[in-house]
Amino acid sequence: MSIANDLKALGQTNPVVFRGETTINVGLSALFPILERCKELGYEMLLDISSLDHLGLEPRFEMVYELATLDDSKHLRVKTKVAEGVDVPTAVKLWKTANWHEREIYDMMGIKFAGHPQMERILMWEGFPYFPLRKDFPLAGKESMMPEVAFSGVAPLEGGPFVTSPGSTRESGEPRARG
Amino acid sequence: MTDETLTVSHAAYDSKIEGNIIFTRLDAAINWMRKNSLWPMPMGLACCAIELMATASSRFDISRFGAEVMRFSPRQADVMIVAGTVTYKMALSVKRIWDQMPEPKWCIAMGACASSGGMYRSYAVLQGIDRLIPVDVYISGCPPRPEALIEGLLKLQRKIDTEESFKAQKQETVTA
Repeated sequence: MSIANDLKALGQTNPVVFRGETTINVGLSALFPILERCKELGYEMLLDISSLDHLGLEPRFEMVYELATLDDSKHLRVKTKVAEGVDVPTAVKLWKTANWHEREIYDMMGIKFAGHPQMERILMWEGFPYFPLRKDFPLAGKESMMPEVAFSGVAPLEGGPFVTSPGSTRESGEPRARG
Repeated sequence: MTDETLTVSHAAYDSKIEGNIIFTRLDAAINWMRKNSLWPMPMGLACCAIELMATASSRFDISRFGAEVMRFSPRQADVMIVAGTVTYKMALSVKRIWDQMPEPKWCIAMGACASSGGMYRSYAVLQGIDRLIPVDVYISGCPPRPEALIEGLLKLQRKIDTEESFKAQKQETVTA
């Protein structure tokens, strides 16, 4: 079975193909049935789940699922847009590895997963009031305090953040303060 | 013993012990004992811990300086070597371990992260362990080489040498 046949079985007529990588965009309501069908078609491995924050656009968030067959012959990327405050159906029922991926996304982006067995933070402590990888969260961090558990502060950036810019010369490619 | 405060006595009042008596100040004796048997609490939090392990191993051999007894119980340690990135999630645990160490105690901030947060100007990382506990010696490097850690240890030994340990102890007894 080729990817083209898989896409036909999934009912996807206009996939995005870029540099040999195939991406399909689906609606949120179709996400879980599509993932289920993908697994039936042989995409037994969930490589990664990630999320994007398109701050200023509607819907704000986007989920990205990276699927692969066990023999690594086929890769498929499934994307879906999610509005703020909307829950995403969990993929834990299909792939157990989704458990920690989804907890990380909840921790960093604040997207909740409906049906997840343990929807808690995984990196930051339970009770940390922010979602640090959202675009409106400052790089330096924010102050917070949970007595006896943990606190956080604002890091000095000294004119930063220092970013590298693509440049032809080595000098222009060095990290500089933005602006 | 080349230390000026430690002089071998030649008082010949008893031929059996002649040459075996040392006159010194109590401070000098206490400091000499303390600085040459520092028991580190290895607070290994990131890649600096690998260099800390290398320092303890045969090639660099920190036991040449009397600091080879790494203790994983804070109650048996006198110098905490904070080796690595202190995240906010870990910060209060480091403080708690420090609080459990008995006096007298010292702290070495090993590497850029423990000293200042290093390259992690971020929401997740404490910007230097000195924001929570007093640091005696800072070691630069990312990570520092074992030689740098040994140099830091020798700096700490020189610092301990200048302390008025007996006086401090006496004051504690009086107030207690």
